Amino acid sequence: MAQVVLSGKPLAVRPLKVSPAMGASLAFLGIDRAMPLEHGARGCTALSKLFFMRHFREPIALQTTAMEQLTVVLGADDNVVEALRTICEKDGPDVIGLITTGIAEAQGADIPRTLRAFRTAHPAFSPVSIIPVNAPDAGGGLETGFADALEAIIGALVPTTERSTGRLRQVNVLASPMLTTGDAEALHEWIGAFGLDALMLPDLASSLDGHLTEIGFSTLTYGGTTRAAIARMGASIATLVIGSSLGRAADVLKARTGVPDLRFAGLMGLDAYDAFTDALRRISGRPVPRSIERQRAQLMDAMVDCHFALGEARVAVAADPDLLSQLIRFLVGMGAEVVAAVASAPSPLLADLPVDRIAVGDLEDLEDSVRTRGLDLVIANSHAVQTAARLGVPLLRAGFPQHDHFGGHARTWVGYRGSRQALFDFANVLTAGRQLVAPYRSRYRAADDWRETAC
Amino acid sequence: MRADEILALQNEPACDHNRKSKSGCARPKPGATQGGCCFDGARNALVPITDAAHIVHGPIGCAGSSWDARGSRSSGSILYRIGLTTDLSEMDVIMGGGEERLLGAIGHVIERYSPAAVFLYNTCVTAMSGEDLDVIARGARRRWLVPVVPVDCAGFYGNKNLGNRIAGDVLLKHVIGTAEPAPVPKAAQRPGIRTHDVNLIGEWNVGGEFWNVAPLLDELGLRVLCTLTGDARFRDLQGMHRAEANMVVCSKAMLSVARGMQERWGTPFFEGSFYGMADTSQALRDFARVLDDPDLAARTEALIVREEAGAEAALASYRRRLAGKRVLIFSGGFKSWSVISAMQDLGLTVVATGTEKSTEEDKARIRALMGPDARMIDDNDQTALLRAFDAYGADILAAGDRYIYPALKARVPFLDLDHVRDIGFAGYAGIIEFARQVAVSAESPVWEQVRARPRWDGRNDHGLSRQVEGL
Repeated sequence: MAQVVLSGKPLAVRPLKVSPAMGASLAFLGIDRAMPLEHGARGCTALSKLFFMRHFREPIALQTTAMEQLTVVLGADDNVVEALRTICEKDGPDVIGLITTGIAEAQGADIPRTLRAFRTAHPAFSPVSIIPVNAPDAGGGLETGFADALEAIIGALVPTTERSTGRLRQVNVLASPMLTTGDAEALHEWIGAFGLDALMLPDLASSLDGHLTEIGFSTLTYGGTTRAAIARMGASIATLVIGSSLGRAADVLKARTGVPDLRFAGLMGLDAYDAFTDALRRISGRPVPRSIERQRAQLMDAMVDCHFALGEARVAVAADPDLLSQLIRFLVGMGAEVVAAVASAPSPLLADLPVDRIAVGDLEDLEDSVRTRGLDLVIANSHAVQTAARLGVPLLRAGFPQHDHFGGHARTWVGYRGSRQALFDFANVLTAGRQLVAPYRSRYRAADDWRETAC
Repeated sequence: MRADEILALQNEPACDHNRKSKSGCARPKPGATQGGCCFDGARNALVPITDAAHIVHGPIGCAGSSWDARGSRSSGSILYRIGLTTDLSEMDVIMGGGEERLLGAIGHVIERYSPAAVFLYNTCVTAMSGEDLDVIARGARRRWLVPVVPVDCAGFYGNKNLGNRIAGDVLLKHVIGTAEPAPVPKAAQRPGIRTHDVNLIGEWNVGGEFWNVAPLLDELGLRVLCTLTGDARFRDLQGMHRAEANMVVCSKAMLSVARGMQERWGTPFFEGSFYGMADTSQALRDFARVLDDPDLAARTEALIVREEAGAEAALASYRRRLAGKRVLIFSGGFKSWSVISAMQDLGLTVVATGTEKSTEEDKARIRALMGPDARMIDDNDQTALLRAFDAYGADILAAGDRYIYPALKARVPFLDLDHVRDIGFAGYAGIIEFARQVAVSAESPVWEQVRARPRWDGRNDHGLSRQVEGL
């Protein structure tokens, strides 16, 4: 339904997109005792690390192969080997994600081959799983790199098995990066309410939710899906795939395990979450618990209460494709008008969204497409603060990064409860920013008549 | 207030329907009554006076839960939005310390906030214990040289409508005619345009909606001495007796002010509304007619042509969207007919209207607008109202905010007509907002979603063996 327009500009202004390498690193940050290792110059990693640090307000496990002038020219394979050895010796991880960046890709690094060389040279580190991921910058954005990493993780850690009857209470969840740690927690609880155990991959809720631990500082991740758990994914009775970007990863998982899957583009709003809830009902063999019916009824009440504020509200949204899709469907379902939509990267998902036009581009594109059309609200990441200010409307933060704001990473958007809170927040900012009739000052009144007297 | 004074207030000779014998107002039915009291009505009518302090003399029950709840907006002072109450304690009531406390309250407010005037509102407890607000007000006036106006409006005297009348009566007795208006500023005079001084009585500037109309009056050379009482300054009210014409905008209850001014100062008046294009245009024409100024009449016609064309263009898309939609209006008194006209302007079908607070004349106007078979609902019970909504096949309910959540609970689209709303509907610009609000609720996609049963309703296919295969 939507016309997808690629930016024809010779540059990106106020970029919305980050590198796929960052998305790939993020996927490994949801694996227990893991260390993503970016193969590139050290700046790539320093920037990614700062980005995630400020978003999550957490120490971030992330290393670099630290390519330098000489190694760029003569080959950086030794850097990779040395970096892997150092991490294995020093940090003793279970999993290392070996992720290429722009420079390594341009140089033509063959990381599977380098990895084989490392294995031959250092057989003592064979218990460490090392998973190579190619993340060329040109290939998309955060969600792309994340999905590629997930596919690689599944390919490396999930054994190919015959279709088993399944462990009756375990379900796999493949979680797109549009899900916050708060969202992931909510899914754990939700799935638990049906008497099922969620095996979430990756599990950012257990690593980057922000929790103080007894161990204090660690160089590795603080939690996440364990390698052992990933190996058991074939024993689940079903896989729930959240986010369209994970389609290929889901295909690989299904091919390796034969576990049937159900795929969901998003989990915000009544209809989307009903579908998810109904799937759990069928999978678990249990009726929908009362407490969940209650939350559903609460969401419906919030929908009718907030429909005055959201109806015909003119909203501009900029985000990565999965998140953009989830937000747009939710807003349109409430009667809001999405007057501008910008995706950070292309996705087959975009064309089906219920808006006229989606630009693949940056925050400048967002600004240009709404400047003349009237706007009530911008939904985007923290980079859009100035954009919203120039457009004279409030900003509601969603996506990566949210560095000027506390709790953005932990906020729950999905589910009946998360959707309800999102509705309240949308309605509040829209109501506070609503244009009232401007006071009129009659020519017949004395000029001093308009003072706001002391109170 | 004595019973005979209350009766006198309820008798309004300017009302056309006040000819037949009085049946008397229906008494409120204990256990099944909704709507505010006389205190509520009086305060609502006076609180929009922006530069006055409004002190509620009573225990916390009266002001504590109700201050700053009106949608009337100000272009200047915001003093009127400060809640002030003597917050009487048990001891004040038993030992009689209330009057002293009130005097202290007046002093505090005058010294700290320098109001243009102070209004004192009597409440049930202070009326019952017999406190004399008149005497206190007189004493305070002498002591601080600020106008102090007593409003005897205990809740048990009667309903909100009576409270409105009391407010009007107080203004006539204590305020109107106590000062002269300023001369027309030189800069505001335009060659060839004669300035006429007029008042609007019963215009509350809810959501700033009068600011949609005010520029048009300015353009026509109609100087508004006072809007009683939306966005009014106290001295506007004092000088309103010099107007050449009054328009009664919102209520029969305020008709007594117009009649009183006609009796004392000979000011002619007419009744009208700014809701909807037809009524707005009619109101402008009526000014020209009552002021008997042919030049004004000609300029008014030109302005109406221009404004109606502008609004019509903006309304075109809404008309298409709203065509054939059925509205049930449930709004007291005057609004019951003024809103019908606005709805019909938009091409909506009004299937029935509430007449809970309507007078006989209001009902006559409703019949004129909707035809002799107009369905009127007198029962203000919310359950009955929702039944009527279904029975008449309505698409949207338009009512006061008391009905908003009952309607939403019943999954019924809603248009808020209440005075606490902050959206302005008056004038040509207002009708567009009005149309937008009707469309937003009537066409919202939420209704379909919340009316549907959950997809698992009545299904028991969550037997384990079947579902795994079904995936």
